[in-house]
Amino acid sequence: MSGLFKSSIGRKIAMALSAFFLIIFLLIHLTVNITSLFSEEVFNQLSHFMGTNPLIQFGLQPVLIIGVVFHFVMGFVLEAKNKASRGVSYVKYNGAANASWMSRNMIYSGLVILAFLILHFVDFWLPEMNYKYVEGLPENPTRYFEELQHKFMSPIRVGAYVVAFVLLALHLLHGFQSAFQTVGCNNKYTKCVKSLGKWYSIIIPLGFIIIALYHHFSH
Amino acid sequence: MTTLNSKVPQGPIKDKWTSYKDKINLVNPANKRSIDVIVVGTGLAGGSAAATLAELGYNVKAFAYQDSPRRAHSIAAQGGINAAKNYQGDGDSVYRLFYDTVKGGDYRSREANVYRLSEVSGNIIDQCVAQGVPFARDYGGQLDNRSFGGVLVSRTFYAKGQTGQQLLLGAYSAMNRQIARGKIEMYNRHEMLDVVIVDGKARGIIARNLVTGEIERHSAHAVVLATGGYGNVYFLSTNAMGSNATAAWKAHKKGAYFANPCFTQIHPTCIPRSGDYQSKLTLMSESLRNDGRIWVPKYEEDVMAIREGKLKPTELPEEKRDYYLERRYPAFGNLVPRDVASRAAKERCDAGFGVNKTGEAVYLDFSSAIERYGKEQAKIKGIHNPSKEKIIELGEAVVEAKYGNLFQMYEKIVDENPYKTPMMIYPATHYTMGGLWVDYNLMTTVPGLYCIGEANFSDHGANRLGASALMQGLADGYFVLPYTIGDYLSSDIRTGRIPNDTKEFEDAEKAVKERLEFFVNNNGTNSVDYYHKKLGKVMWDKVGMARNEKGLKEAIKEIQEIRDDFWKNVKVPGSMNELNQELEKACRVADFLELGELFALDALERKESCGGHFREEYQTEEGEALRDDKNFAYVSAWEFTGKPSEAKLHKENLEFKDIELKTRSYK
Amino acid sequence: MNLTLHIWRQKGPQDKGKMVQYNVKDISEHMSFLEMMDVLNEGLVAKGEEPVAFDHDCREGICGMCSLQINGEPHGPDRGITTCQLHMRMFKDGDSIYIEPFRSKAFPVIKDLIVDRTAFERIQQAGGYISVNTSGNTTDANSILISKEAADKAMDAATCIGCGACVASCKNASAMLFVSAKVSQFALLPQGKVEATQRVMNMVKQMDEEGFGNCTNTGACEVECPKGISLENIARMNREYLKASIKG
Repeated sequence: MSGLFKSSIGRKIAMALSAFFLIIFLLIHLTVNITSLFSEEVFNQLSHFMGTNPLIQFGLQPVLIIGVVFHFVMGFVLEAKNKASRGVSYVKYNGAANASWMSRNMIYSGLVILAFLILHFVDFWLPEMNYKYVEGLPENPTRYFEELQHKFMSPIRVGAYVVAFVLLALHLLHGFQSAFQTVGCNNKYTKCVKSLGKWYSIIIPLGFIIIALYHHFSH
Repeated sequence: MTTLNSKVPQGPIKDKWTSYKDKINLVNPANKRSIDVIVVGTGLAGGSAAATLAELGYNVKAFAYQDSPRRAHSIAAQGGINAAKNYQGDGDSVYRLFYDTVKGGDYRSREANVYRLSEVSGNIIDQCVAQGVPFARDYGGQLDNRSFGGVLVSRTFYAKGQTGQQLLLGAYSAMNRQIARGKIEMYNRHEMLDVVIVDGKARGIIARNLVTGEIERHSAHAVVLATGGYGNVYFLSTNAMGSNATAAWKAHKKGAYFANPCFTQIHPTCIPRSGDYQSKLTLMSESLRNDGRIWVPKYEEDVMAIREGKLKPTELPEEKRDYYLERRYPAFGNLVPRDVASRAAKERCDAGFGVNKTGEAVYLDFSSAIERYGKEQAKIKGIHNPSKEKIIELGEAVVEAKYGNLFQMYEKIVDENPYKTPMMIYPATHYTMGGLWVDYNLMTTVPGLYCIGEANFSDHGANRLGASALMQGLADGYFVLPYTIGDYLSSDIRTGRIPNDTKEFEDAEKAVKERLEFFVNNNGTNSVDYYHKKLGKVMWDKVGMARNEKGLKEAIKEIQEIRDDFWKNVKVPGSMNELNQELEKACRVADFLELGELFALDALERKESCGGHFREEYQTEEGEALRDDKNFAYVSAWEFTGKPSEAKLHKENLEFKDIELKTRSYK
Repeated sequence: MNLTLHIWRQKGPQDKGKMVQYNVKDISEHMSFLEMMDVLNEGLVAKGEEPVAFDHDCREGICGMCSLQINGEPHGPDRGITTCQLHMRMFKDGDSIYIEPFRSKAFPVIKDLIVDRTAFERIQQAGGYISVNTSGNTTDANSILISKEAADKAMDAATCIGCGACVASCKNASAMLFVSAKVSQFALLPQGKVEATQRVMNMVKQMDEEGFGNCTNTGACEVECPKGISLENIARMNREYLKASIKG
């Protein structure tokens, strides 16, 4: 067991497991955010719960951060090793002939998502941490919705979000079914997994995009 | 002329091998560790022999000219492997396989060897299954069989159309196990260029590292040649591009007798030639003849129309087709042995009925099989009154499951869909029954020099039956040689390591180097292939499917002329001390140019027709081969005396005690 | 047809190597790609130049010796074939064709288009076999019942010819398709189950040591594989590996 994560397959499996975790996270995140389209109150309640529940704040939040960091770091490590495995590169390499753009460019879609995450942290997470733990301001359970709307005023930010989510969709289009393949699921259900993956990869980022646009234009 | 001693043990044929094994000398396990054996060639015979010898405890050095043993040309065998298992309960037995093989070989093989082969055939299947060879299975989980030419039972085991590949990978996996243990030292990309004889015994080889060009000496207590056949003497054959006769020919020049060189198998179902640039011919498995029907048009006007593209073969009505095999051989029909099927195709094409532009092609048609299978499937699936389209669709699915990869291969090469239009096929050189003469122990006339698999002459007589080459290769390698070689090596347990710094090694190395130096320094004008193609043309035209005295005499003269020109005007670019593929070819073609002459000489000397050797002067009124058992029931074993033309003939008389000598009839 | 060829020439393992341009004329569409290469070489020999070295042997798509990255794809633009089965009818008059060796750190170039693929051999020696002696004294072949489905799947995996196209096509130069085909063949058969744990651990370890990249499931290998070996095998190997790791 100890050698598992030193091996190529072990690392890939770790990558897939962190991906599963992030896939579930995205679903939850969207579920919370989508309520902002229908009800300010529900959104505030859910955000408040997420922001103050100690199990989420001190249990799941660190796990999420570790998961995200791990997924990125491992992604870079593997990419560096894989690049080196070619040795001399081809003069002509026709990657499009046998593999999708998404599958060949996970590192680039990943990098865009990373840039987005930094923006996202600066936008939401840092102010939130600052509000709660640095300045120690009193909790106002109705502030969330306003903050959200305020953020989406800037067309540049909304534009950046839209671009990032398109890249996320591309990342997921390959990543979703790839994670299943890596952990060894390739059987009669693979067709279902693949189409589920497609729907997921489109619906989740589209959801986020709609939210951003909605708040931008509705404000 | 001397009579050769085949060392066949006494006693009834059924007990020969068992009682011989009981009394044979053995080497104890501790002593085996101090004995080295060289195995040249790592196909089915060499690979299985190397693995088994290593497992017994000998130190094995194995040599392959490819970059891996897995690439040896055994891998290309498609159809299957015979074994007298009688799993189908259709009356098969050890005796019947023995009988079929001797009869199929037109009574020119050694009874005792063939019986032994047949006896161990069942073990091969057991062995391969234990190794994880994925033979085809039926729905009950048991092994499936199919039928091949020249027999009346289903005894052929198969793994799709890639049986040779699977068996070779099995043997290679056994080798890998021994390479990992350090018992086999594997020399990939090495080619043997001479055998070294010390005090009359084979004690090593000179090999060239094909990557660095370095000439290496390797010594051992015994040398095993498993280097395959010499079909490439024809330039165009179904052999791999690198398949060559150099090892066997060098052994011949060092004293090993060469037996029956003129016995060559021309395989009936190959893809016809398409142009002069062609580098090799592709075989379509004989298993296709289970379901395909062979025909040409009955009337010449239809032939012409087809050749000009005015008529499609599918449009020709049944009554205007000549299913000539079914017409001539009603009992075996399309499943007559290979030599018979090939000659029949040649006969039709020579008479002007060939269906492609070169006039050298006949049809292999699956439409009847597709219809038959389609109707059967419709019944199984409970479809009443199926439409013609439905029947064809169902039938094509069955044919695809059986031969899918072959059909795909055909389509890629010819650019025609064989499900919709009949395949075109023509005979091509495929296998050589002749080879180094060996005794019952598989030892050549040089003590300590063994020869197994296609490289020897022993089991197939004048014609080999389908799916028997794999059987012989593995039988020799797994189950025969490892016993018999012990008998010889038991006298070597006190010899110690064989030094490779002796004069014999030095001389051999020097000769090899001189020859290589000659090639790279010769300021010639023609490429090696130029000579190879010329030789091939003479061989095919005059020493091919049908031979006659005049042609053979001409061939001998022409080959000598080509050889003389070769040694004057051949051009080999590059140097000796690097990877040099032209140099490799030059060495091989130089030997083919000598072997070809002996081949023609042997064909000239054998004044009868038998199996793959058809002399036009000796045929029945119906054009069937006319054997002469009174004068030619022997193996011709040629001794090298300086020139191929001066080779000395020795005879091993063949005795048939357990099978009555009869005219082979498949009518 | 007339073609412009851009071919990788490299004198030896130490040489730097470069692309060199050649022109060939009057190529028939019925020629195989390697026959076209023969024509080129015949011309070079006639001019006293060194012919282009390339690996080839059976020329019927089964030995796995031929390689060549043609216009950026292993075994060229056609599917389900090796280079020796690629026909010139896949190209047009006037085409430029780039011909390079299979590239991987684990496949060093020996000369021109020939690479050293013995990394594959070492992986197989690490465990690609069933430890059974070769005496023939095993049980009767039919005493081991194997379902048709398992036998067929094992056969599908076993058809791998070890050519290395999977490595060449993969953007990561990963050998997973090759290794998984071997692991799968034995994992699917009852004979192979006894040593399954050790086999997959050892073969993967060797694969990693040889310097091949990781699989990122792009599926390029499956598309380019001349024998159509399925990605299912990689999933199976991952499973086997996970199982084996947990077992210890």
